Amino acid sequence: MSLFLLNILLALAWAALTGRFEPVNLLFGFLLAFALLWLAFRRRNEGRYFKQVPRVFELLAFFLIDVVRANLRLARTVLSPRMNLRPAVVAVPLDLKSEAGLVLLINLVTLTPGTLGLDVSTDRRIMYIHTLWLDAPEQFVRGIKQGYERRLMRILEA
Amino acid sequence: MLQMIIVFVLMLTGALLMLLAGIGVLRMPDTFLRMSATAKAGTLGAGLILLGAAIYFNDLAIYTRALAIVVFLMLTAPVAAHMIGRAAYFDGVPLWTGTVQDDLHGHYRRSTHSLEADMVPLPEQVNEVVEADDYAEEG
Repeated sequence: MSLFLLNILLALAWAALTGRFEPVNLLFGFLLAFALLWLAFRRRNEGRYFKQVPRVFELLAFFLIDVVRANLRLARTVLSPRMNLRPAVVAVPLDLKSEAGLVLLINLVTLTPGTLGLDVSTDRRIMYIHTLWLDAPEQFVRGIKQGYERRLMRILEA
Repeated sequence: MLQMIIVFVLMLTGALLMLLAGIGVLRMPDTFLRMSATAKAGTLGAGLILLGAAIYFNDLAIYTRALAIVVFLMLTAPVAAHMIGRAAYFDGVPLWTGTVQDDLHGHYRRSTHSLEADMVPLPEQVNEVVEADDYAEEG
């Protein structure tokens, strides 16, 4: 976590030194500082951070692609005269244990069009998701677990 | 020029998403489906329009504010959807008759409002799925 702080500070320093606080420049500063920190710290016992940052970007990219795909499907469903709905409430068993991870998981699932995180069982073993199109239950559960849960676990609990 | 094209595309996509959400609300047959149509399309539509506005002004102060609004929308909208969905299900709002699977049925314990991973024993199981033929045809 302290490496993350250092990374942000270096990015801010980069923006201040170049005199341009534009988002693109800040992002470039962040990536530059990340490369710098990697060079400096990769041999120490702090390799975790250097795996986490690419994974966060990978999760964001995966989420954005998923959102675009689901939006297109939602558009097709809503606009077609006979809406091809196969709604269902599906129980997804959870491996993720941390509270922050659960909040993130259910928020990501809800923000993807077509799926809605309804509730998590009180003992946090099962998450109930409402979906617009249930093609195959096992496939849907696997999609959530492989797509979002595994990625989140690798970031938060690796 | 390129900037204006990006702004144009972002705003138009955002507005289209919101339009889709509106049509979805009108056409979807039950509460949960309607929420599915609005909870996210609203967030994403608003996010795209805000991003378009930020790029149009191209000013760090605007970018920061737009980002803050998007982050808070993305944090709060799913929580609200979860609370409404939970309350609706708990209150026995009927699922649409075309619903193919309901794993949540019988898992709420009425006395404590807790959600059990295993089936709640029969006497407590009051959350009957009500037949809703008229309901589906209303919209």
